[in-house]
Amino acid sequence: MQKEFGGRAIVLDRSDINTDEIIPAKYLTEVTKEALKPYLLEDLKLEGFDPDGDVLAEARVVVSRENFGCGSSREHAPWVFEVNGIHTIIAESYARIFRQNMFNCGMLAIELPRDAIDALIAMAAAAPLDVTVDLEGEKLTASAGGQTLNYDFDISSFDKALVVAGGWVEFADARY
Amino acid sequence: MGKTLAEKIFDSHLRDEPFPGTKVLNIDRVLCHEITTPVAIADLVWRGKDRVFDRTSIKAVIDHVTPAKDSKTATQAKILRDWARRHDIPDFFDVGHNGVCHALFPEKGFIHPGHTVIMGDSHTCTHGAFGAFAAGVGTTDLEVGILKGVCAFREPATIRVNLDGVLPTGVFAKDVILYVISRLGVNGATDKVIEFRGGVVDQMSMEARMTLCNMAIEAGGTSGVCMPDKVTVDYLWPFIENDYVGKEAALAAFSKWCSDDDANYVEVMDVDVSSLEPQVTYGYKPDCVKPVSEMAGTPVDQVYIGTCTNGRIEDLRQAAEVLRGRQVAATVRGIVSPATPKIFNDALADGIIQVFMDSGFCVTNPTCGACLGMSNGVLAEGEVCASTSNRNFNGRMGKGGMVHLMSPATAAATAITGVITDARTL
Ligand code: SF4
Repeated sequence: MQKEFGGRAIVLDRSDINTDEIIPAKYLTEVTKEALKPYLLEDLKLEGFDPDGDVLAEARVVVSRENFGCGSSREHAPWVFEVNGIHTIIAESYARIFRQNMFNCGMLAIELPRDAIDALIAMAAAAPLDVTVDLEGEKLTASAGGQTLNYDFDISSFDKALVVAGGWVEFADARY
Repeated sequence: MGKTLAEKIFDSHLRDEPFPGTKVLNIDRVLCHEITTPVAIADLVWRGKDRVFDRTSIKAVIDHVTPAKDSKTATQAKILRDWARRHDIPDFFDVGHNGVCHALFPEKGFIHPGHTVIMGDSHTCTHGAFGAFAAGVGTTDLEVGILKGVCAFREPATIRVNLDGVLPTGVFAKDVILYVISRLGVNGATDKVIEFRGGVVDQMSMEARMTLCNMAIEAGGTSGVCMPDKVTVDYLWPFIENDYVGKEAALAAFSKWCSDDDANYVEVMDVDVSSLEPQVTYGYKPDCVKPVSEMAGTPVDQVYIGTCTNGRIEDLRQAAEVLRGRQVAATVRGIVSPATPKIFNDALADGIIQVFMDSGFCVTNPTCGACLGMSNGVLAEGEVCASTSNRNFNGRMGKGGMVHLMSPATAAATAITGVITDARTL
């Protein structure tokens, strides 16, 4: 089943946020996704960021910079976002394994160019930022404090099919 | 136009192209460990699809935390163990026989030129040293690999790194790869294969080639690869001697995977290693690299020698050479973890274990252990570790801890003085 996308966004204004920061290895001993929930971004190195704060708790979308999700292959990284209700990430670029893990879980890893990310970050600095996603039309709308911006994004046919199917297991099981 | 090794493997393993640009490959080796596999197993059971596509193509090991340190890690190990028994997986490695996956599986002769290899582990790129396409994947890809024996990729472009010149004494594969990553950056090879070529690679042992390929992912690379050659044949010979009439025949068969001379590369990087110094990382990203001379004098609390990057026999020999007849500084905890039982055994036979113990090192069983901050040497807040591993991320070896990556020789010299030290100056 397709997931819900969009919602209130949190900005993580840094490049190279790695999967150890998203979910530290010591929690990889959990064998259910739900158990990961309290530990989201616990080790993130970013000034002013509070992993226990309301901003993260309310977020449904993450906006970030380059090479998001680099490092370990742990799918616990998308899962810990998923169990916290964050199904959409918007960044300049991704590490390959993280990006594929997101789509494999039926979640969205959207790439936007730097100037678009700059604009989203500037909007979020002024007022709470909300994002709506039109997957079929490959468009997203960002609004904050009365201001609205529209962006087109590209997603490969394969990745879109995974999102629609609800993930790679469903897709592969039906086909191979 | 000729083809690269990766393109040849993609062509020969193509199962499906469901959409333009998406290649679904048949997978020769699906490798499993106890951290990322249990959730895949649980999901397969939940779906009523608790099956494996081919029990002999799947290899499994308990390596990250072993023997189990608590109930949770014991449960993870049990899930993998029960699954391996249930499906009668012949190559399953448990306590007494287990070691770090990317050292153990090659040592067993499981990886051959031309293979496609996936594992739920980012350092799967290590196995490209054998001329294989080997990629780390997440748990869902692993799950589909276990069930169907396939995995989807965008066809990667290849970056060719020519390593020429002569490695100075005291400078090793680890120094070369740290330097290459500093040039490429942590995402310089995203969605790409890094092909290591040149006279320096030709001269390298399989162990050293694995060290190079191991860290391809630290530049974002999908796989590192080396061309299969005589060194590859010699390493694999005990496992393949019944398959070929002689080593020349094996070499001829392997050579067909080598990149063609007129193959297409997206980028070519030339590195002359002749004046390379030992390299050390600073900061929290593996591309933050400096010559050891600029890092010398930095105090450390712990020295960790082992892991899938540098826990092989050659690495232990290099460290032992520095340690022989010397003592670990009073301010330092030295920990060495031979990466597999065979390496441990060879190190015992060579007297290397004795050298480590005489110098004051703690010798642990083969395991990932402290590399990812799960056991056997986790750092306390504010502590600094000189490590032969591959990641210096914030908190990697323990919350609030700092990691400097370096070669086994530099790590050993650092253990003796208590501060980052160029082994050549001792
Ligand atoms: S030794 Fe470290 S990097 Fe290698 S597989 Fe184990 S945890 Fe991962």
